[in-house]
Amino acid sequence: MSSGVGVDLQDVWIKFGDFVAVREANVNINGGDFFSFLGGSGCGKTTILRAVSGFLEPAQGKVLIGGNDMAGKGPNERPTALIFQNLALFPLMKVWENIAFSMEVRGASAGERRKRADELLDMIALPGQGDKLPSELSGGQKQRVAIARALCAEPDVLLLDEPLSALDLGLRHHMRTELREIQQRVGITFIYITHDQGEALTMSDNIAVMRTAVIDQIGTGKDVYDDPSTAFVASFVGVNNMYRGKVKSISNGQALVETNRTGDLLARISTGATGKLAVGDDAMVFIRPEAFDIADDKSKTNTRIQAKVSHSEFEGTSYSVFLEGDEGKEMKMSLINRGEARMYKHGEELTIQYEANNAVVVPAGEVAGE
Amino acid sequence: MTNSPLIRFGIMAYLILFFSYLLGPLILMSITAFNSSSFPQVAPWEVFTFEWFSELFADEQIIEGLRNSFIIGFFTVILSVAMGMAGALVLTQIWPKLRSTYYTIIIAPILIPGVVLGISTLVFWQRVNSLFGLPDTSFLQDGIFLTVLGQSTFISSYCMLVFVARLQRYDTGLTEAALDLGATHVQAFKKIQLPFMMPAVGSASVLAFLASFENYNTTTFTFMDYPTLTIILSQKVRLGINPSVSALAFLIICLTVFFALVHEVRSRRAQLAEANGAPVGAVGGGFRAPKIFAGNPAAVVLALFVAAAVGTLLFAQVYDPTPAKKAFMEKKRIEQQKRIEAVKERMRLKKLRKSFKGPDIFAPKKEKSAFGNAFDPKNLNNSRPGTKPLKPGSKPVAPFGGAFNTKNLGDIGPDGKKAKPKSSTKPKSPFGGVFDPSNLGKVGGKTN
Amino acid sequence: MNGFMKDYFRTNGLAMGWTLILLVGFWVVFLIILPQIAMLDFSFRPNLPPPEMGGPKDIHTLDNYKYLIYGAQGSESTYNIVDLSVFVRTLIAAVFVTIFDLVLCYPIAYYLGQSKGGGTLRVLVLLLIIPYWINEILRAFAFKIIFGDSGVINEVLMFFHLVDSPIDFIKMNVALYAGLGYAYILLMIFPMYNVIESLDRNQIEAARDMGASWAMIHRRIVIPFAKPGISSGCTMVFMLSAGALAAPQILGGPSSLWFTQRVYQWFNMNGNWTQGSAYAIVLLVTCIIIVLSVMKLFKVNMGDIGK
Repeated sequence: MSSGVGVDLQDVWIKFGDFVAVREANVNINGGDFFSFLGGSGCGKTTILRAVSGFLEPAQGKVLIGGNDMAGKGPNERPTALIFQNLALFPLMKVWENIAFSMEVRGASAGERRKRADELLDMIALPGQGDKLPSELSGGQKQRVAIARALCAEPDVLLLDEPLSALDLGLRHHMRTELREIQQRVGITFIYITHDQGEALTMSDNIAVMRTAVIDQIGTGKDVYDDPSTAFVASFVGVNNMYRGKVKSISNGQALVETNRTGDLLARISTGATGKLAVGDDAMVFIRPEAFDIADDKSKTNTRIQAKVSHSEFEGTSYSVFLEGDEGKEMKMSLINRGEARMYKHGEELTIQYEANNAVVVPAGEVAGE
Repeated sequence: MTNSPLIRFGIMAYLILFFSYLLGPLILMSITAFNSSSFPQVAPWEVFTFEWFSELFADEQIIEGLRNSFIIGFFTVILSVAMGMAGALVLTQIWPKLRSTYYTIIIAPILIPGVVLGISTLVFWQRVNSLFGLPDTSFLQDGIFLTVLGQSTFISSYCMLVFVARLQRYDTGLTEAALDLGATHVQAFKKIQLPFMMPAVGSASVLAFLASFENYNTTTFTFMDYPTLTIILSQKVRLGINPSVSALAFLIICLTVFFALVHEVRSRRAQLAEANGAPVGAVGGGFRAPKIFAGNPAAVVLALFVAAAVGTLLFAQVYDPTPAKKAFMEKKRIEQQKRIEAVKERMRLKKLRKSFKGPDIFAPKKEKSAFGNAFDPKNLNNSRPGTKPLKPGSKPVAPFGGAFNTKNLGDIGPDGKKAKPKSSTKPKSPFGGVFDPSNLGKVGGKTN
Repeated sequence: MNGFMKDYFRTNGLAMGWTLILLVGFWVVFLIILPQIAMLDFSFRPNLPPPEMGGPKDIHTLDNYKYLIYGAQGSESTYNIVDLSVFVRTLIAAVFVTIFDLVLCYPIAYYLGQSKGGGTLRVLVLLLIIPYWINEILRAFAFKIIFGDSGVINEVLMFFHLVDSPIDFIKMNVALYAGLGYAYILLMIFPMYNVIESLDRNQIEAARDMGASWAMIHRRIVIPFAKPGISSGCTMVFMLSAGALAAPQILGGPSSLWFTQRVYQWFNMNGNWTQGSAYAIVLLVTCIIIVLSVMKLFKVNMGDIGK
């Protein structure tokens, strides 16, 4: 799969007037990868995409595609094709004309264009729909036409700007699989922009998690989920229980954190945070709901939490127990339902514990959703 | 909205008054076109006639003015639509700090008095001309050149407003998508943005042409040797009025109503189609289906209107006002005789009285038109160059003599000297098929 | 600014970008700005035959403006009473026409704006637009037919023996005012209609519910809301009536000139272009001042005009 064309961002800054939209982005995307930029709205992920496709010129730094500097090249001179958030299908053109538009501008004959469009329509499982207008298609069909149109340009890199956000939930899940399949089949580099971590985690080879204007972490889905580098990544990707405190001691890649309420907690120092924590620093411990277990092993002094149950929810495959936690927030614990499920009642006292290696500690920082 | 009958009555009365002020003048003017009186008037009614139309079509000044108006209108439309569109496109992406200044500049020509625009155009290009040491006959001093520029100055602003309204609904993502797919900027504009703007281009063109066609204030300073129809009309109207101007007005009113109805029918049809959820093409497909009348009263009115026009034309072909005119003249002569005798009688009886306002002043005026046969349709036909004299016993030739035949107009158009009315050889329809719905349809297609 | 131009060409490309700039540049520079400057410059020059232009006599002078105010040198009166009174009368008459149109059109704009749409509305709008498409000369002509000595009104009046001899409506300027008012009805209605249409009917209902009279509702709710439309319509009508030429030429009485007619006379009859330019500048500057002060007074933006 490494045959595709890679994309490199080297120290890229993008500004609108005085406003810095992207700060010092360094990204190395391997050829043939499905690479996602994950972040909330306004974090600058679409801006990065527009800089790659050529609608924007970085104020500083370089965009390389296949090792070639793209400075000064417009969108029509770059080997990229962009799928717009609203798809931007040409409303006055038939579906096949839409798909073969890139050939039309190169001067291909109508016969050639039609033939290629029909091939692509077969590929996206819409045979015989070429003579319709885009307005006569359903949301999912439009989606696939937009993909076919982009692929028809035979780009080395396909850029997708939240293409699934307009679809309903069921279709969105279906299209995830389909997109991944198409990517595997054509074997070109996909750069995917999304605010939906489910999409990013299921489809991507690698994910860049973005905080406002800054890329916090780049890694596989497992990396960013299990080993977040920053407090933002830990809190943004998946559900996490967070505990603020100060580092009390460090040993064997683990740190003991004295939290404000919950007592001392032991956790593994995240790979990305190694060397950035010292005794006395403000730190944050993150423990996933599924890392908890109900038990009371007295030997594990620093990985135990006692709390009152506030309520619990039964979800079929699992059930969740919410406990009164730090800073007025609830702690969430998820337990797999193996048949012995018991609903814990409001006010019950519970002791829960976790493995120190399943919890991470990172320097205190900006947290998602605050 | 209101329950009180008094208020309702008030509203109705107001509406009637308002619309009679609005439409009354046009209706009265139209009526005068059919009165044989040589002064355009509704009362006293003399004889119903089409002779003023013949006179209108025989008027070479009018034909000349019409030709100039079309030439100037054509270039003005091209220039104004291009500049208006460019102005609107620049407005959507200009540096925000410059936007309001820029907008003020390009909207200002609408508010600047037309005479000022005409004068400034005239003065400026005259100066440019002398700056380059060009003779007075250079194209910079040409009436068409100056008029097109003078009119385009403000007509472009109108066009710009039309385009701005349309551009507000344009998704610039479409242009970006085209660029991203490898199109050049010119290709993206031609294939994506321009097709989207086409409806606005259509309405801006119509607006520009109408504005150019009827402009007086600016043109009156710039036309030089090329008077437009409006200029010719103003000269005629100022020199002395004559019902052939009413005849022209009547024709323009008819065309206006026709196009308004066509437009209404089309927009209704589009609305109906939208309501049914089908694309316009599916409902449309020309006028063949009577389905088009369903729920579309405008279509019914249009059909009636066309039928009335065709009927009038047929009637005009066979109608000969001469007998009626003779009878009227005879009647008037007798009346006059009576009056004169009565006056004589009274004068004889009351020698002291001198002044007799009414009849005395009134009579000679009428007499002139009544007895002067210059406007008699037959004479007109005979006097027209190239027209064969009427053979005795032949059917009465249509008074309009085919001068309005589109083909003839076309012949006259290019060089203005081939004005040989084919009327006598081809007494087809008096208006020469101008009112033929199929011909109009071709013209009408452009309006939308 | 540099960055803006870079972005501009990135968005439009070189060919399209330059085409747009050239078209807009030609319009703004050669059709709008330079002609006005040329006219301004011209108005400060003496009226010379073409060979002497640019010669030693071609100097800047205030003579043309002095003439408007003081009249010809050596004339008997201190001021140019004829032209000054023409100027003032034109402005007053334009104000009169504007008020007439406002009073006439406000009810219909309100009626159209608040009616529920549908067929009647469309027909009425169509009826409103049709007269506007008729040539302004012909519209003036229609009024000449109506108000002439043997026009419809005089015929009717005499038929019923309400008057003995025809009333000279032309000389009384009745025809002129009626014709001017008629010409700009649409320009008064549409700005008002557009604004009133967007007024929430519930506001009127609510006011009525609280017992407000119709006069009260209009004074306190509709008119304040419609202010941008009203001032936009009034501005347009005022400007166009003050700058009208055709209607005064056709319908004006022999003794009452319109200021634009004076400008026309300088150009087309007296052949004194520089004097005519000076008069045109006076007209232009007066109009600009009036528009700006109306916009300031009613707090209307340039963007509201031309809607």
